[in-house]
Amino acid sequence: MYNTLDSENSHKLTRRAFLIGGFQLIGLAGLGARLGWLQVVHGEQYKTLADKNRINVRIIPPQRGQILDLNGLPLAVNKQKYQVFIVPEQTDDIRKVLFSLSKLIDLSDPEIESVLKRVKEKPSYFPIQIKDNLTRQELSIIEVNIPDLPGILTDIGYFRNYPIENAGSHIIGYVGEVSKSDITHDPALNIPGFKIGKVGIEKAYDETLRGRAGRAEVEVNVVGREIRELNKQPAQTGDNLELSLDRDLQTFTYERLRESVSASAVVMDAFSGAIYALASFPSYDPKIFGQGLSTKQWDELVNDVNKPLTNKAIAGQYPPGSTFKMVTALAALKKGIIDAGTTFFCPGSFKLGRDTFHCWKKEGHGSVNLFSALEQSCDTYFYNLATQLKIDDIAEVAEEFGLGQKLGFELTEERPGLVPTSEWKYGRFGERWAPGETVVASIGQGYLLTTPLQLALMTARIVNGGQAVSPWITLKQGREFVSSGIEKMNINIHHLNLVKYGMDRVVTGESGTARGSSIYEVGMQMGGKTGTAQVRRITKAERAAGVKNEELARKYRHHALYVGYAPQQDPRYVCAVVVEHGGSGSKAAAPVARDLLLQAQKINPAIKLQERLSAGQSVSIDTL
Amino acid sequence: MLQRATHISSDMPIWQKFINLNWGLVLLILMIAGIGVMALYSAANGSFEPWAIRQIKRIVICTLGMLIIAMIDLRFLHRLAYIPFLACVILLLCVEFIGQVGMGAQRWIDIGGIQLQPSELTKIALIVVLARYFHAIGEENAKNILMLIFPTILTLIPVGLVLMQPDLGTALMLLLNAGAIFFISGAPIWLFLGIIICGMGALPVIWQFLHDYQKQRVLTFLNPETDPLGSGYHILQSKIALGSGGLEGKGFLQGTQSHLNFLPEKQTDFIFTLWAEEWGLVGGLFLLFLMGLVMAYGHWIAYKSHSKFAQILVLGVTINFSLYVLINIAMVMGVIPVVGAPLPLVSYGGTSMLAVMAGFGLVLSASVHRDSKIPRI
Repeated sequence: MYNTLDSENSHKLTRRAFLIGGFQLIGLAGLGARLGWLQVVHGEQYKTLADKNRINVRIIPPQRGQILDLNGLPLAVNKQKYQVFIVPEQTDDIRKVLFSLSKLIDLSDPEIESVLKRVKEKPSYFPIQIKDNLTRQELSIIEVNIPDLPGILTDIGYFRNYPIENAGSHIIGYVGEVSKSDITHDPALNIPGFKIGKVGIEKAYDETLRGRAGRAEVEVNVVGREIRELNKQPAQTGDNLELSLDRDLQTFTYERLRESVSASAVVMDAFSGAIYALASFPSYDPKIFGQGLSTKQWDELVNDVNKPLTNKAIAGQYPPGSTFKMVTALAALKKGIIDAGTTFFCPGSFKLGRDTFHCWKKEGHGSVNLFSALEQSCDTYFYNLATQLKIDDIAEVAEEFGLGQKLGFELTEERPGLVPTSEWKYGRFGERWAPGETVVASIGQGYLLTTPLQLALMTARIVNGGQAVSPWITLKQGREFVSSGIEKMNINIHHLNLVKYGMDRVVTGESGTARGSSIYEVGMQMGGKTGTAQVRRITKAERAAGVKNEELARKYRHHALYVGYAPQQDPRYVCAVVVEHGGSGSKAAAPVARDLLLQAQKINPAIKLQERLSAGQSVSIDTL
Repeated sequence: MLQRATHISSDMPIWQKFINLNWGLVLLILMIAGIGVMALYSAANGSFEPWAIRQIKRIVICTLGMLIIAMIDLRFLHRLAYIPFLACVILLLCVEFIGQVGMGAQRWIDIGGIQLQPSELTKIALIVVLARYFHAIGEENAKNILMLIFPTILTLIPVGLVLMQPDLGTALMLLLNAGAIFFISGAPIWLFLGIIICGMGALPVIWQFLHDYQKQRVLTFLNPETDPLGSGYHILQSKIALGSGGLEGKGFLQGTQSHLNFLPEKQTDFIFTLWAEEWGLVGGLFLLFLMGLVMAYGHWIAYKSHSKFAQILVLGVTINFSLYVLINIAMVMGVIPVVGAPLPLVSYGGTSMLAVMAGFGLVLSASVHRDSKIPRI
């Protein structure tokens, strides 16, 4: 029996085969439709996803701008450092290669173990850093032996370097790791190891110096290996920043302060407010913050009683002591209480009601006028003025000269100090101002607090003929000299001249308190005022026993202050020096100021400054 | 009765058979295989190594094999139908004892350096025995449920062995393929409906027997976004690759998803994705069209065949081919779960190529010997 297609059953087979064919057709058509759905209807969406897969954006860190001094000398620069890496996939035996390397350069076993550990955490094409700061010699040894070190790679990195190191750290500051609170929209901040300014100019002008991150789009494969660069937008180096600082004078100032235990000083241009030098001792090495310092190093810095991390020239607040006497005198002159001829008798102490106020000189100064009072720093003279002055009159003049307020200086660490008023005392203690407190304030004691920067500015405003200059440190558009547009103070120039004459005599007068710190170079003599600020009241018992302040524990000794200017004829440079617990102003502070003012006059940075400012004016904003 | 049957028509000399081959189908198969070679060349980032060159060798050898099979008299094939089936069952048993473990399952057997996957060959062998059986019993007996017991046993032997490997995907393919042959051979419709209903009822029970990775695949398929970096990753990346190809594709050798290795298994199961990423909707539809033409050829040859053996054989091979095409492409498009089925003729792989080409050898033979009348035993 044969089976043929003629039988009825075979039609059934064909019918069912036809059904199967229908299924196949529907299946294929369905898949075709699905393909169209994916590729045409949702094509763009999947294209985006595919690009997201394959394109990685790599942020290129910008180079930080340099910080330069008045003469273009570097204060903060980027220096190359040599690094060595290993690419695990390029070597068969990482341990062996590292062992060979350890014979060439200094590489400890823990360092090797650390590399081996990090190798496991990253994909094998990822270079793992072995050592960061190689010497040039180590680098050349590695490079000579590179054929025997498979997978070893050397590279150049950058670190922030500060040529004058500790001498400039309080002004220039330092850079450090980006902390969470620093994160903004700037993509550079997300780059591992990126550093930003943490303190000082580095912080205040971080955005200027930082530059702009570049970006490169790179094609990567599924494990993240870069296949090729698609396009690249290079990073923009940060702008350089020029300071009015004179590097040599700054170093000199710092070295001079090192002779004391704890001190700070400011050297300023009397006519522009430009800072030529500003130093605080003790200091720290700004480089270590960039490298990451140990807990021990950090604790040492934080716990040091002499506060190396604090810029005492702008954040140290001290009673001004006798350096405040010019303010008292100017207030009295302004009120018409005294003139140049007014004299008071100093018996060595002064009685107000039941209280006795002592002059620093037990035997008294005898009959004193304004000039001799400043020259010899007679306290009694100013006590007498205080009885006829209100504290608010004194405060008004003090504020006019920049005391008791932040000066808008570029370094944010600046502190305001304190000039008390009757209103302030009522607000603070709920008590009325007592007349005895005015007496104390007249010689710069009591509630008064000033910073060395404020004292330097006060001196500048006295000797520049009442120009309301403000302190600044960066050379930029709009910096000016007195001649063009700095506001005149509300003060009688004649009064300023009288006070300045008294200050001249502090150095040149027969009994001047700073006579020992005279400058003998022709035409460079300085003037100024010494100050010795009590840290605590001298008790009756101590006074009776004749305890000398130098014999007390260091922390109870007086702060030594000096404000000065030079030359006496047409002063150009002003200076304030505070030696913490230095004893007397004439012995501890005046000699420092003398050296600084002499050095400033020798270097004479004002000439350079004038050049730079007039050059700058030719491209002022108006003409652009 | 059997002896007499061999003397009936179409006793041509070899050369005449060769000329009478269905060269259109041969050309179509070679075109699809050629697309496979192009895709493999691209998968290796524009290199013949390591895949394309080996695939070319396989195509050459398998095509020769296919043509040789096409020359074999259909009546001879009919007579020896049980021998390849028995051989395959023995090979499957061998896998159990000496097979290589691949992808967590024993599927490979090493014969003189050639790695063989007996389960692939089993599909063709099963088609041949079923074709012979249904040819023998005739359409009217296929309605008799008792007559279906023997072919069911024939089917379940290899299915059981494949399940033990364990290879659920291939076992399901064998079942589906056998079911389709039962269907075209005239098994009663209610039987299929009953099986479908029972199968759905048994789903929870089957679920218990699934391996964890298989459960995971199904779950991931049902909710792919839950685990984009795990099991859902492959399907997601495949869809991204397909979709990003757009209408015209990214161009030959320009597929980013495949060249940057986002696409998994790009030379085997996901080769359609690679092709459609680079050639777009145009290329994808073209390949689907070629696949459809192959199926159409199968139906045409079956229609023209004069014996039921040939018809069932040809349709069985065609259905097997179409099952793989549809399941593979549906899988890479995220329509069904990942099951691990290659795209026939295109995917890199020796045994699959051998099995498919052998199957088409039978189809070609049926075409050449379409006038043969084969006796029922």
